[in-house]
Amino acid sequence: MAYRDEKLSEEKVFKDPVHRYVHVRERVIWDLIGTSEFQRLRRVKQLGTSYLTFHGAEHSRFNHSLGVYEIVRRIIENFKDRPHWNQEERLLCLCAALLHDLGHGPFSHSFEKVYKLDHEEFTQAILLGDTEVNQVLRRVEKGFPKKVADVINKTYENKLVVSLISSQIDADRMDYLQRDAYFTGVSYGHFDMERILRVMRPMEDQVVVKESGMHAVEDYIMSRYQMYWQVYFHPVTRSAEVILTKILHRAKELYDDGYTFKLEPVHFLSFFEGKPSLKEYLALDEAVVLYYFQMWMEEEDDVLSDLCQRFVNRRLFKYIEFNPNAQMNEWMELYKLFTKAGLNPDYYLVVDSSSDLPYDFYRPGEEGERLPIHLLQPSGELKELSRLSDIVESISGKKRTDHKLYIPLDRLEEMSNRSKTKKRIMEILFG
Amino acid sequence: MLENHAKLMQFFSSTEEIVGRKKLQKMIYILKKCEIPFEERYQFHFYGPYSEELTLRVEEMCNLGFVTETREEKKNYYQYRYQLTDSGRDFLKHYEMDLPPLNQHIDLMNERSSRFLELVSTMLFFEDLPKEEVAEKVFTVKSAQNYSDEDIEEGWTFIETIRGMH
Repeated sequence: MAYRDEKLSEEKVFKDPVHRYVHVRERVIWDLIGTSEFQRLRRVKQLGTSYLTFHGAEHSRFNHSLGVYEIVRRIIENFKDRPHWNQEERLLCLCAALLHDLGHGPFSHSFEKVYKLDHEEFTQAILLGDTEVNQVLRRVEKGFPKKVADVINKTYENKLVVSLISSQIDADRMDYLQRDAYFTGVSYGHFDMERILRVMRPMEDQVVVKESGMHAVEDYIMSRYQMYWQVYFHPVTRSAEVILTKILHRAKELYDDGYTFKLEPVHFLSFFEGKPSLKEYLALDEAVVLYYFQMWMEEEDDVLSDLCQRFVNRRLFKYIEFNPNAQMNEWMELYKLFTKAGLNPDYYLVVDSSSDLPYDFYRPGEEGERLPIHLLQPSGELKELSRLSDIVESISGKKRTDHKLYIPLDRLEEMSNRSKTKKRIMEILFG
Repeated sequence: MLENHAKLMQFFSSTEEIVGRKKLQKMIYILKKCEIPFEERYQFHFYGPYSEELTLRVEEMCNLGFVTETREEKKNYYQYRYQLTDSGRDFLKHYEMDLPPLNQHIDLMNERSSRFLELVSTMLFFEDLPKEEVAEKVFTVKSAQNYSDEDIEEGWTFIETIRGMH
């Protein structure tokens, strides 16, 4: 029997708190899960720094990847024998679902921003390079790794296949919304996925939803909206993210200036140089990063040591609302005052904007801008979701941006009350 | 603070207006591919390269009053028009940016349809492939757009022209 068709002698199941069970029958899937690159995802948290706000949010990208695989498996089960669906694409879909986050590193958002990396490029490199994952995929067919890479890169010819993994209503989002809600313990984020799966229909180049399932989709959109403000963009998590970003900047700045670290940061060197090899990239997981942060707490550089202590011991920056348009002059004055107070403003006076954490709200948008969610009407006509749903329409056009100013309030409070600099800083910040 | 927003405002200040979100998305991507240091990350989407970061930053600039967005109803969809405001111009005065003049680039792109800019940005997305494979890839991922060999040729000429601008 061809490797691609091989089944395990009996079905394997993973117990899962969100989907109850994740079912595996294909040998290829089982082998992929066993590769070192996939197992590495156990050591990368799904929600990065959110565990500092929601202590339950310790789940990993491994959990999530299995969840996305399971959702796609169930969708395909429903698509069997429907028009537009080609059962030959089944294994490709399952592999792409399982492997879609393979290139994520630890705290990937901050790492990518500071060291100018792109996890999607590393996903491609793992799929196509000299890796255990590539070996498994090549056993299916020589060109199979490239097909999986194309699906994940969204450049595969069959757009229906791509849309299962990546579209406005895809398996990726359906898993992470529910999983993140479960592990953070928040009560938003829930929606009736079973219902959505039942009303999904394959079309030539996209997945659409029967109009009768509109209310289930509304719930899903509301869940995205709520999770963004309540979890993903929580101001305390943003504070942790600001400190993390500043640590990475400071370490690189010191390296560039020829600073001698007490412990040579060997795992970081290629990142400082801007060119980590695949092997070096894969070697830097969260445990390694946190080990260095622990070590850097003892560094002689005050800024690096202070920032690491803040991150490790959760002494985060405080924040105030900030309007960059109305408060530009105040910001410039604060910049000077912080310098005078001995607080390097490049590290201790930070404006964080909602766009620093890109998260895709549902927007109907403009024709040709981005493919929206389409509802399939009984007549066979497709209509964009917000044109039929008042609820979606009402949250699609609302103001969804904000800016916050992050500061080490504890350091300001330590300053003498007689200090004019302190007095003026406090006046500007708190009136 | 807001350096990436300021770069985008510099872009808007180089033209009277930008009509269409799709056009805006593709223009910034093409400029990035011309080594103009915009920082917005792009991914390939149904209609070619698309940046969620750009969408959010533009929304932020609109909410801060730096850019105006006007929604116009078309037959089956909305179209959006963007212009830099006086507030945006004032804000920009606080920044010294090393962006080259963009007027010519923008004029050249403004003259073309969003369909053509979608083609060019898609070609640039695949530009690491050999030239003949780029065309093949475009025909595969953009089959609905029915681009012709002549369109591809025109795309290459356009890329050469815009990259030759200083």
